[in-house]
Amino acid sequence: MATKSRLHIPRASARPGEKPDFSYLELSPAGSVDRPPVDARTRDIENLSSDMVRVLDENHEAVGPWKPDFDARQLQVSLRWMMLVRAFDRRMWQIQRQGRISFYMESAGEEAVSIAQAVALRPGDMCFPSYRNQGLYLYRGTKLVDMMCQCLSNTRDMCKGRQMPIMYHNRNANVFSISGNLCTQYPHAVGWAMASALKGEDHIAASWVGDGSTAEADFHYALTFAAIYQAPVILNVVNNQWAISTFQGTAGGERRPFAARGLGLGIPGIRVDGNDFLAVYAVTLWAADRARRGGGPTLIELVTYRGGAHSTSDDPSKYRPKDEWAEFPLGDPVERLKLHLISEGAWSEEKHEELEKELRDEVLAAWKEAQRFGTMTEGPFLDPSLMFDDVYAEMPAHLEEQRRQMLAIED
Amino acid sequence: MAQMNMIESIRSAMDVTMGRDPHVVVLGEDVGYFGGVFRCTDGLQRKYGEDRVIDAPIAEGGIIGTAIGMGVNGLRPVAEIQFADYIYPGYDQVVSELARLRYRTCGDFFSPVTIRTPCGGGIRGGQTHSQSPEALFTHVSGITTIMPSNPYDAKGLLISAIQSDDPIVFFEPKRIYNGPFDGDPEKPAVSWSSHAKGEVPEGYYTVPIGSAEIVKPGDDLTIITYGTLVHVAQASAELTGVDAEIVDVRTLAPLDIPTLADSVRKTGRCLVAHEATRYSGFGAELVATIQEECFYHLEAPIERIGGWDTPYPHAFEWNYFPGQKRIAAGIRKVMEAE
Ligand SMILES: Cc1ncc(C[n+]2csc(CCOP(=O)(O)OP(=O)(O)O)c2C)c(N)n1
Ligand SMILES: [Mg+2]
Repeated sequence: MATKSRLHIPRASARPGEKPDFSYLELSPAGSVDRPPVDARTRDIENLSSDMVRVLDENHEAVGPWKPDFDARQLQVSLRWMMLVRAFDRRMWQIQRQGRISFYMESAGEEAVSIAQAVALRPGDMCFPSYRNQGLYLYRGTKLVDMMCQCLSNTRDMCKGRQMPIMYHNRNANVFSISGNLCTQYPHAVGWAMASALKGEDHIAASWVGDGSTAEADFHYALTFAAIYQAPVILNVVNNQWAISTFQGTAGGERRPFAARGLGLGIPGIRVDGNDFLAVYAVTLWAADRARRGGGPTLIELVTYRGGAHSTSDDPSKYRPKDEWAEFPLGDPVERLKLHLISEGAWSEEKHEELEKELRDEVLAAWKEAQRFGTMTEGPFLDPSLMFDDVYAEMPAHLEEQRRQMLAIED
Repeated sequence: MAQMNMIESIRSAMDVTMGRDPHVVVLGEDVGYFGGVFRCTDGLQRKYGEDRVIDAPIAEGGIIGTAIGMGVNGLRPVAEIQFADYIYPGYDQVVSELARLRYRTCGDFFSPVTIRTPCGGGIRGGQTHSQSPEALFTHVSGITTIMPSNPYDAKGLLISAIQSDDPIVFFEPKRIYNGPFDGDPEKPAVSWSSHAKGEVPEGYYTVPIGSAEIVKPGDDLTIITYGTLVHVAQASAELTGVDAEIVDVRTLAPLDIPTLADSVRKTGRCLVAHEATRYSGFGAELVATIQEECFYHLEAPIERIGGWDTPYPHAFEWNYFPGQKRIAAGIRKVMEAE
């Protein structure tokens, strides 16, 4: 030990020009972590917050106690969903690059998070997503064309032009509105879950934030309330290793995993291979079951990698090695589920390619349809006076007056 | 002298003060290795080290709270909040702690924190990258609130701010980071190189806190404004042919009342404009002050223009933004009043 205090500054393991280095990432072999009963006491399952639940092994076989019951057909459908998310992201990214939408955020490399967790939840469960959960909206039935129209702020936009691209919501499908302000949805999920319990219903809530966002106070409020009232909620931390230019150590991930953040409050944590569809599904089901049976909250850390830029406004080559994703030890979730299905004899490279093309076409067809409702440059356009609606339930007089003034000025 | 845009001049202000005073530290989200999402701190970490240009976790309350503690312990922290729209988690630390520390300890404790934050719309940022929350800070006693409108003032004011023993919220209108903006989004972007205030000394100088500036003298009407709208107001006045005197407030609190009032006493007419929502906006303070100071010189009611009282809508940005048409209409209204 030194004889003086010193300021520790977390340092990313590799920066541009350096060799990617994931030696900091502790992994457990697939199948090596026990699956406790859902009513286990938190103190008896603390290992789950530092080990890593994994089902798919190096040979792409599903092994161990967390291996869920899934038939090949269900897995093919799930793979299709993940591939749809990716195809959608690719197209929207291009569209932004062509200047046809103002902004976009993709979820490349993290598709298993939204899809596996959506599959594990029930339709009555309420989701409080972050901006990288487009898969949740799609899986729960939001049409591609409606997602696109939101990004276009056109006449079919669910947000009536009020929100930036990707800030979706879907009330009928129980997926909450995305906020631009990080982590604000976390306490909302807990409150929703408290209300569900208070009303005697068995719906649970789930929320998602990134590793970086765990530093916000709202994260800690959410955990505290969830623990005190044993709210039926699943709190997910999507640890994709990076916030924008800062790595997960800047959010405090250097010493203990994010999954361990709730232990002091008695909230069990599970650290899971976030690119292993089966493992993500299995731990989510475990946590959901526990919550539904009065066992309270679970904190799940999904270890994954942000395959793309933070957003279309970002250039990651300025702060991380270009080839880092390729070196990420947990690989690519789509590729891994594909190889698993192939190893089971239930899929093939040819089928995969065919499906990729089919999804590309599906997305392209949706894009063609979406543009019919208007683009940034071509009509039909939304009526600007819509901006004054919904500020309040009933429009107050001063807004009526401002709307009148705006219309007069625009004439 | 050098040509600088506002990003460069703001960076230069931090560079100059860090070079002169080892107690100056910078902290904020993405400010270190990366140099900030708007590049305002680019290169500073390489020059001054990781412990003087600190990449902070994403916790605005934590950034401002720890900056206060550092300031109490002798440092001079410059905290960056990535967007003004994200300052609210730190608002309690500003209002309840930073603003009142000197007062409640009779001067025994204070913390000379400067909070820099980009504000304003015009970049298609929707409701969470466009806000102008300056009135939430001017309303708080003990806080000095600044919003420059050009590279020269930005650097001089930021140096003054960092050196000041009072806590300061320093708003940077992001739409004019790279060039002045006259309110017409259809026009090609202009750079600061064609603007007199894009000439910035490379070294140390200050622009005093608490002083407004007459950026264009005129006889018919006084337009009191700040930030991006300084440029929009000039273009709007040109559109109407009215000989307007444009006053750039620069420091919103404490306010340079004599400069403002002298101008209005001279012209007899006044229009106040800002980008923030109008209701309880800083314009209300300006109008009330002019009314108190200049009532018997006024030939027309004071006109007040702001953003509409709605969140900043993504698709209707240019309907929302108080651009040339709205300001020109306001100018005509003030001029026509008997
Ligand atoms: C309150 C708040 N502060 C800052 C930001 C700016 N910001 C947007 S995303 C982001 C990084 C978030 O990283 P992480 O939580 O890891 O999520 P990821 O993007 O990796 O999914 C930052 C700093 C914001 N949107 N809201
Ligand atoms: Mg992240």
